This record gives sequence, structure tokens and C-alpha cells, in this order.
Amino acid sequence: MLARAVTHALVGLDARKVEVEAHLQNGLPGLAIVGLADRACQEAKHRVRSGIASAQLEWPSRRITVNLAPAGLRKEGSGFDLPIALAILAASGQFPLERLAGHAAIGELGLDGRIRPVRGVLAAAQGARYAGFGRIVCAAESAGEAALAGVEPVPGRHLAEVVSYLRGEIDAPPFEPSENGSGAEEDELDLADVRGQDRARRALELAAAGGHNLLFAGPPGTGKSMLARRLPGILPALTSEEALEVTRIYSVAGLLSAGRPLVRRRPFRMPHQSASVAAIVGGGPGPRPGEATLAHHGVLFLDELPEFQRPALEALRQPLEDGFVGIARAEGRAMFPARFQLVAAMNMCPCGGRGDPAAECACSTRKLAAFREKLSRALLDRFDLVVAVPRPRAAELSGRAGEESRLVRSRVVAARERIRAGPLTRTFPATELLDRAVERLPLSGRGRSRVARVARTIAAIADVDAVAEEHVAEALAYRSPRELSA
Amino acid sequence: MIELRRADQRFPARLRAIFDPPRALYVRGAGAVALLGRRAVAVVGARSCSPYGAQVARMLGRELGAAGLVVVSGLARGIDGEAHRGALDAGGLTVAVLGCGIDRDYPASNAHLSRRIEEDGLVVSEYEPGVEPAPWRFPARNRIIAGLSEAVVVVEARERSGALITADFALEEGRDVLAVPGEITSSLSAGTNALLKLGAAPVTAVADVLELLGVEPRPSTTAEVSAAAARVLELVRESAGGADELTARGVLDAGALSVALTELELAGLVAGTDGVYRAVTT
Repeated sequence: MLARAVTHALVGLDARKVEVEAHLQNGLPGLAIVGLADRACQEAKHRVRSGIASAQLEWPSRRITVNLAPAGLRKEGSGFDLPIALAILAASGQFPLERLAGHAAIGELGLDGRIRPVRGVLAAAQGARYAGFGRIVCAAESAGEAALAGVEPVPGRHLAEVVSYLRGEIDAPPFEPSENGSGAEEDELDLADVRGQDRARRALELAAAGGHNLLFAGPPGTGKSMLARRLPGILPALTSEEALEVTRIYSVAGLLSAGRPLVRRRPFRMPHQSASVAAIVGGGPGPRPGEATLAHHGVLFLDELPEFQRPALEALRQPLEDGFVGIARAEGRAMFPARFQLVAAMNMCPCGGRGDPAAECACSTRKLAAFREKLSRALLDRFDLVVAVPRPRAAELSGRAGEESRLVRSRVVAARERIRAGPLTRTFPATELLDRAVERLPLSGRGRSRVARVARTIAAIADVDAVAEEHVAEALAYRSPRELSA
Repeated sequence: MIELRRADQRFPARLRAIFDPPRALYVRGAGAVALLGRRAVAVVGARSCSPYGAQVARMLGRELGAAGLVVVSGLARGIDGEAHRGALDAGGLTVAVLGCGIDRDYPASNAHLSRRIEEDGLVVSEYEPGVEPAPWRFPARNRIIAGLSEAVVVVEARERSGALITADFALEEGRDVLAVPGEITSSLSAGTNALLKLGAAPVTAVADVLELLGVEPRPSTTAEVSAAAARVLELVRESAGGADELTARGVLDAGALSVALTELELAGLVAGTDGVYRAVTT
């Protein structure tokens, strides 16, 4: 009396096929689950037993062994409940075994037999498709997510319903794609709400067009985070592949909102200053994605940059360089994509007095030195654009409303296309100006190449063919100022 | 390293003339010892200075150095360091007076600066190698700064600043004392404004210092700048401000303004610190 159901276990963002074998034999009635099941998975025993009883099905009073193969792979979470229940029911002949062919299954069982959604259904469904399964039995709430993978979902609200389907008593419960992300998006924050701040706005636009990392430095309350939050709104919309990638990450992290399976907005992540290394780059025994990965294809915003733990900041260097995070575990290595744009904000000194014409900096030189010590050269080097945001005078706050995000975005999209079309050449006077700047300003070799990159973006925004002197001159205004690095 | 005893011919005459000249002066650096006898001005001030003070100190160092005067200061953070840097920027000569053993670099953060000073100038101290820096040695050091200089310019000083001690020594020895006026609301200007009230000569431009010493200012070369940059320079000269304030006051958009500001910065007419742009006066 042996039956098999198939499900998928998550390893990082990837799904690995797991066969759930149930074997009934004579002996003292009981259920044993083997195959490196974690705590939540072991508890499946109780949920499955109650679920089967609640569905008015028969709990075989035999000795039941459930094996999760491959036995060497760690199984985490409650998504194994449904396949375990199905394997047991098939083994005890409560529906024809062959009906399970071509079906994968994932879902948690309630004590009343209800099927609950779990995280990572999209990844599991993708895994099912690669393994050649045409259908996946899952919670009704997860059906939209599963459908994104190109697998036909069998949405089940209750175990009894799924069993009736497998007995051939009913057709697969119909799956209606919810109106999905195509419906009206929640209101995006608009740049029109930001008054004044012309330079910072300009820098934001350049950051969006060139994919540059951006650092705002200035006293508190100058609208640094207000600006940063509006960056996703001026970035081009996610392509469908990008949207699927982001959705998969959010699915694994359990952050998808029900009824809106596809993430269409660029992520904006703003971890708190107390975030640990694992929270930033991901971690845990079966590694989970961190903020850097959740910001994939979007924006990672670090407010009060120097308040972050130094190791957490240093851990960001790999994803900034390579676009992914690699987490090594005894059982192997998980790779999380992490191609995000970094925006950070900081005060110019611990007391916040610097850059504020109305206040005086009361920081001792030692305190100031410690504050700057926190930001390594290597990290500051990642910011192409550094904008000092001094406190505006009252007159500026009543200034005209800014341009709408929509208009800025159209320029950004055009500039990106221009950059993609081919490299822009640099005119001779522009190169000359760069050389002169290295000589006269505190500008390092790395600083020089950063300025050159930004100048290219400025030229692309200006919609011209070559980087001219004025583009380099503007780019120089966003260089990392001496007082942040000295 | 050279040790100059007081009796040594090469011991600077101006320093020998003060009330209690050091028994010996230790000297390191590639500059000639005769440098100590050349016309010199001290530029001193607070360690935790404002961006305004730092900028003025740098400008004074640069212009005095360019005029051929030796810039003397104490290698401290803030005003002192900026004055040295200014002189080096102009390719001028500068002398740093230490308040610790001649072999020490104090503060450590200025070790690199001290290397640069030694390339053409001198680092001097009355303390033999190995003497630790200590707070009570700095006032004594200040008498040497004053003693080596014909005039002392105080850039920014709080009410009880070491720079005022230097000014006192200078007054006692009959050297000129000048002070840079600051905002009356800023505690960083309390010391300098008090000096002015007592009759110190105000410094509103480098010319004030040069005139007092009877040095011919070098002919001012007005850099050629574009029309837009000239307009921005006018705005910055009216009052210092951040980029956005300047946009609000002017007619340029953010991009064009950045272009103009960079042009002015490269021409040495404007300096930006903490996002606030100030005109550089000469």
C-alpha cells in the first residue's frame, strides 16, 4: 500500500522537487514523518489527521510512514500538509492513485480541512512546470500566483473538495484570474508634492535615468526621505519578466497581497537602522531573502546611513558590485538576485547642525570623526551622486509645486533608451575639464570615473550625441564633497 | 632634524627678541632654516571652526603664501590646518609649530599635511623628540607662533580660545594683531569680535594684511567666466546660500546652475561647503 504525491520545497528562491511517499503497513496505528522535516513540517501529523477527519474521510488505522524524498534535503514549513494528506488518502484507496498523475500539490491544512495558502507558491509552480506537471493543487488564494507560472491551478478551498475532484466526482473548481495587478494601482507618491529642492530633484532624475546610487546629505527635515520615496515612481515600469522575478521573491518572502498576485510596482524598501546583516542581505537556516533582494529591480533606501551597523553596510558591497547575494550554508549555496538602486540619506554631523544656516554644529571634532569613520571609503565610493541638501529658507517652501512624476518618467525612459542604443562619445573640451577638475578639486581617480558616468547620463537626458563640457561641469557639482570623506 | 640652540647664528632673530625665547628649536623639513627669518604672518584660530572660518583661513593662507609671506600656524585641526593648506595650494611656504616632541605628528589626522609642509617648508618645536602632547604645552607653543611672525591674524576664536593667547603674546611683543570679523550671534566669533573691540585691525580682505606689512599685493587676475556664471557669482556675493536658494533667486534651472557653480569653483571664485556656496574674496 504505497502512494506518492509530488510537491516542491524551497531552497532560497528555487524549488526542488520533493516526492511525498506514504506507506501503510500492519502494526500499531500511528504516523511517522521521515526525511529531514523541520518542526512546522513535523506538526503536519496533527493537522493532516484532523483535516482528514473533518473532511469526512477515513483515517487509516494502520501504521503509516511518510517519507519526504530526497531525504537529505531540509524541508521547512507547512506547505507539505496537503501532499501528505493526498498521499495517505491515495495509499488507503480513498481515490484512484492514477488520478494524481500530472498533479503537484502545495498547501497547509486547517484542522477543519480547509486549505490555507503558503509562501513560495509561484516558485513551487515554476518548479512543477519544469518538472513537467500540468496542474498544481493549491489553496484558492494561491491560484492566481500559481497561474503566473504557466501551470493550471486546481484551486481548493477544502480537502473534501479536492478529493471529490480527484475521484472524478466534480470538475476542477473553476479558476478565474483575478483582475490582477492590471487593476488600478494604489496611488503612487508624486514628485509634484515636493516644493523647491530643485537640485535634489534633478539628482533624483539623473539617478533614475542612469541607475546611479544616490546619497542625500543634509540636516533633518529637509525632505530627503520624501524625495527618495518618489524614486520608484519615476523609474520605467517593470517589464513582465522583471515583474515575475519580483513576484517570485515576494512570494517566497510571504509578502504578496492576496488578490494582487503579480507585483507591478517597483519595490521600495526602507529597512530600519537597527537591521542586522541577515536582515539586509538575507539569511537563516533555509536562507530567506533580505532587504537587498526584496529591493531587486527597485529602490533600497537607507535613512540615517551612519546609524546602520557597520557590518550591515559592508555586507551591501557584494550585491552593489555583483547584483546578487550569495549565502553559503552547509547544505549548499543560495543565490538571491539583488540588483537594486541604493538611495541613502544622512545628516552632515551627529547633531544635525551642519548645513543648517539657522543652527550651529555643536559636535566635538572627535564625535565628528567617529561619525565619518562609520562610512568606509569603499561604501561612499558606490554613490555616483552626492547631493548636499541644506535647510531651505521659508521663502522656498512656499515655492511653486514641482513637476509631476509622469513627465519626469517620460524623460527618464527616453534617456535610458538613448544610453542603451550605444555609448556616447565625449568631446575634447569635456575631457579637458575632467582633467582640470582632478587637478584643482579634491577628486580621486575613482571619483573621476564616477563624474564621467554621471556626465554621460546628463548628456542622455539632454538628448545629445556627445558628452560636452557643460555635462561634465554639472556632474562635478554632484561629486562626493570633501567634508564627507575627509 | 636640526637642533638650533639659542646662541646659534641661525636661530631666528625675531624669536630671540621675545621675552622668553626657547632654549633651543628643533627643526625638520626640506626647507632652509633661513626660512624662519623671512617675513612671516601667523594665521590661527579655533579647532572646531565653521565652514566660513575654514574658507577664510584657506583663502588667507593662499593669498599670503602667494604674496611671498611665510604662513605660520600650529598644525591643529580647523583654522590652523586650513591656513597651512591654503599656503600649500598657492605653492607658498609655511611653517608649523608643534606643541609636542619634534618627532611626533599631532594631531594624527594631520600627519599627511605635515608631510606636505615638510616638502618645502618646516615643522618646528621647542621640545626634544619623544615629548608627549599635553594641554599645558600648547600655550607655550603659541608664544613661538607669535614670536616667529610679524603679525598674527585670528580667524575664528571662542571667548577662551588658545588663539587669543597667541594674540596676547603678539601684543606683548609689539607685533600686529588682526582679527576676522564674524557673525555677532555666533559663539565662534566671540573671541575675534572681542579683539576687534579692543582695537585689533579688522581683516575684510587680504589687502588689509598686506597693507599693514607694506607688501605689494599681486596684481589681481580676474578670471574670465561665462555670462551665466557671472550672474551666479553676483548672487553668491549678495549672500551665501544652497543651490536651491540660488535657483529661487536667479533665473537658471538646477542643471544650468550646477554648471555655473562648477565653473566658479574651478576658477576659485566660489567655494561650496556642506552644500552652501560662498564667494571667495581676495
